[in-house]
Amino acid sequence: MAGNALSSEKSGTKSVSSLIYDPQARGIFYQILTVAIIGLLVWIFTNNTIHNLQKANIASGFDFLKGRAGFDIGQSLIAYTSDATYGRALLVGFLNTLQVAILGIITASIIGFAIGIARLSSNWLIAKIAQVYVEIFRNIPPLLVIFFWYKGVISILPQARSSIALPFGSYLNNRGFFFPKFIWGDNAWLLLAALAVAISASVFIVRWARARQMATGQQFRSGWTSFALIIALPLLTFFVLGSPLTFEFPVAGKFNLTGGSVLGPEFISLYLALSFYTAAFIAEIVRGGIRAVSKGQTEAANALGLRPSVTTRLIIVPQALRIIIPPLTSQYLNLTKNSSLAVAVGFSDLVGVGNTVLNQSGQAIEIVAIWLTVYLSLSLTTALVMNWFNAKMALVER
Amino acid sequence: MKKTLLSAAVGAAILGAASAASAGTLQDVKAKGFVTCGVSQGIPGFSNPDDKGEWSGIDVDYCRGIAAAVFGDAKKAKFVALSSKDRFPALQSGEVDVLTRNTTWTISRDTSLGFNFRTVNYYDGQGFIVKKSLNVKSALELSGAAVCVQQGTTTELNLADYFKANNLQYNPVVFEKEADATSAYDAGRCDVYTTDQSGLYAIRLKMKAPDENVVLPEVISKEPLGPAVRQGDDQWFDVVSWVHYAMVNAEELGITSKNVDEMKAKGGPDIKRMLGSEEGTKIGTDLGLTNDWAYNIVKLVGNYGEVFERTVGPNTPLKIQRGLNALWNKGGLQYAPPIR
Repeated sequence: MAGNALSSEKSGTKSVSSLIYDPQARGIFYQILTVAIIGLLVWIFTNNTIHNLQKANIASGFDFLKGRAGFDIGQSLIAYTSDATYGRALLVGFLNTLQVAILGIITASIIGFAIGIARLSSNWLIAKIAQVYVEIFRNIPPLLVIFFWYKGVISILPQARSSIALPFGSYLNNRGFFFPKFIWGDNAWLLLAALAVAISASVFIVRWARARQMATGQQFRSGWTSFALIIALPLLTFFVLGSPLTFEFPVAGKFNLTGGSVLGPEFISLYLALSFYTAAFIAEIVRGGIRAVSKGQTEAANALGLRPSVTTRLIIVPQALRIIIPPLTSQYLNLTKNSSLAVAVGFSDLVGVGNTVLNQSGQAIEIVAIWLTVYLSLSLTTALVMNWFNAKMALVER
Repeated sequence: MKKTLLSAAVGAAILGAASAASAGTLQDVKAKGFVTCGVSQGIPGFSNPDDKGEWSGIDVDYCRGIAAAVFGDAKKAKFVALSSKDRFPALQSGEVDVLTRNTTWTISRDTSLGFNFRTVNYYDGQGFIVKKSLNVKSALELSGAAVCVQQGTTTELNLADYFKANNLQYNPVVFEKEADATSAYDAGRCDVYTTDQSGLYAIRLKMKAPDENVVLPEVISKEPLGPAVRQGDDQWFDVVSWVHYAMVNAEELGITSKNVDEMKAKGGPDIKRMLGSEEGTKIGTDLGLTNDWAYNIVKLVGNYGEVFERTVGPNTPLKIQRGLNALWNKGGLQYAPPIR
């Protein structure tokens, strides 16, 4: 190896001792050494694994994904029975992970922003409550937060036979949250179409309002208009069509409520735990971001006669976002990765389903590879989206 | 109870274990002066330590029987508590001499894991436990129930098969650890918990109100539990197997720990042959032990019936009937080849 380093040097006439003291030659030598050691380790591990797999008669490869799963999964977003394949079982787990991660990110952001702003409130009580919240959730391991919610959900909520009745025909008990299921009628697609029309119209209105304000200085309440449009148009369509949606309500069965849709306590506890836990970190990021906006900005806005709400919305938040977004990304990644703690409460996420598949098929290395690839892709995708958002929010120099 | 071949396979693959069994486990055991048995981390009636660290249970008594046969001293047994994940690598690597840990005998464990099974000291099967208040009398009435189950076990697969075969709906709630699954059942998350029936009786003892739970009569799978040894050591395999057969034969012949001395002196020829008081017998020495090996087992540990009654029987907290584990001539499956 030393020979490689030496021969790569141009100055062949130099003596060996001077090469040892040449920082560049030494640098090259150590780099080659590092690469060689890493290569050797990889080779040893791969070789050893292959050897041991052959010795233990374990088939490798991903053909097992086509095998019959043979086990059932409690909560699934797509049709699944025990006759489905291992591959489909893993897909069910992946979608469950995705579901809890996306909903968790949305909820954590909302709670986090609210708490973060509350910490800066001039109201002493609100600021202190927000501070206590942050300190409690930030300093407890996420696994314990999940246990806390899970034990709380299944031991405080009533048994199935004495469910709490909620509005709109929903129920809550320690088997989960039961709510009516939509059954799509013939013309139900028109509802989605109405929603799409309303959203595009809103986008158009917002753009038009902004352009008009730039040109004439006149303001237009585009936020409220869009909100009303998005709510009213689908609602109007619903009544014009004579309610194309029907609902299947949960009813009391022998063991539990049957019919309708259900969110199990595993999902609820995981979702709440991840949201509340991550929200504590997001709150601190938001507070830090707002604090970092120089006080002169607020004072300048005040001097121009802007109201405090407008100051916050148009002056402070856009500048704070630039600081908030990069650390926010890493919190989103953490939430997605922490969702693998689902295994502790029996939620069928990718890791939970993967564990079962791994035990039943014995394909440990393949399953672990799938886990790694999926979480890596999820994280990279999140990072990519957030980087794009960050670039969009960044200061545009004119 | 029985994680599929995963654990061992992974263990072997990662550790690069799969060590060759040493030539003579019996010699090794004699040389070190005690036998090391792999047991569970605490299943009442099978292998469970008390507050002083004293082990008791049907699997523990099996191990003590081996110690009695080899050393004439039932106390020369050491117990290593193993999780279901660690048990196979522990036996493969030689950490334990024999695995007496309610382990189901299956073909893949007998072949690809490199173990040998022969005797079954407890015939088990997967069952269901439900709350009495539900008024369920049969597993066939469980349609629509939420079922708690441990992840990655044969139990999980048997469950899916059973409900599918009987056209019943259910909602599985799957936990990685048994303790989590049972506490979720106890808290009312599930209507039903399923595992081996013996495990159900043991778990019931740990519940908040044991008497409010009832084990349903259906047994939906075969789970023969017995000791496992490493392949390739026939002598040790014979010793471990014949300890069980001696206990079963003793019960069949009416030999108990109380009357064994009397039987040894005055019993019939088959009793004398078994207990080593027959003139010129070589049965014990051919096994690699002394001729009073069976006498020591019965004297120090008891016959199979005594062990069963003491550890899991109707008068213990577990209250398990003999059922499949009665002697073959009493309607059960416990049958031992003759000692002659």
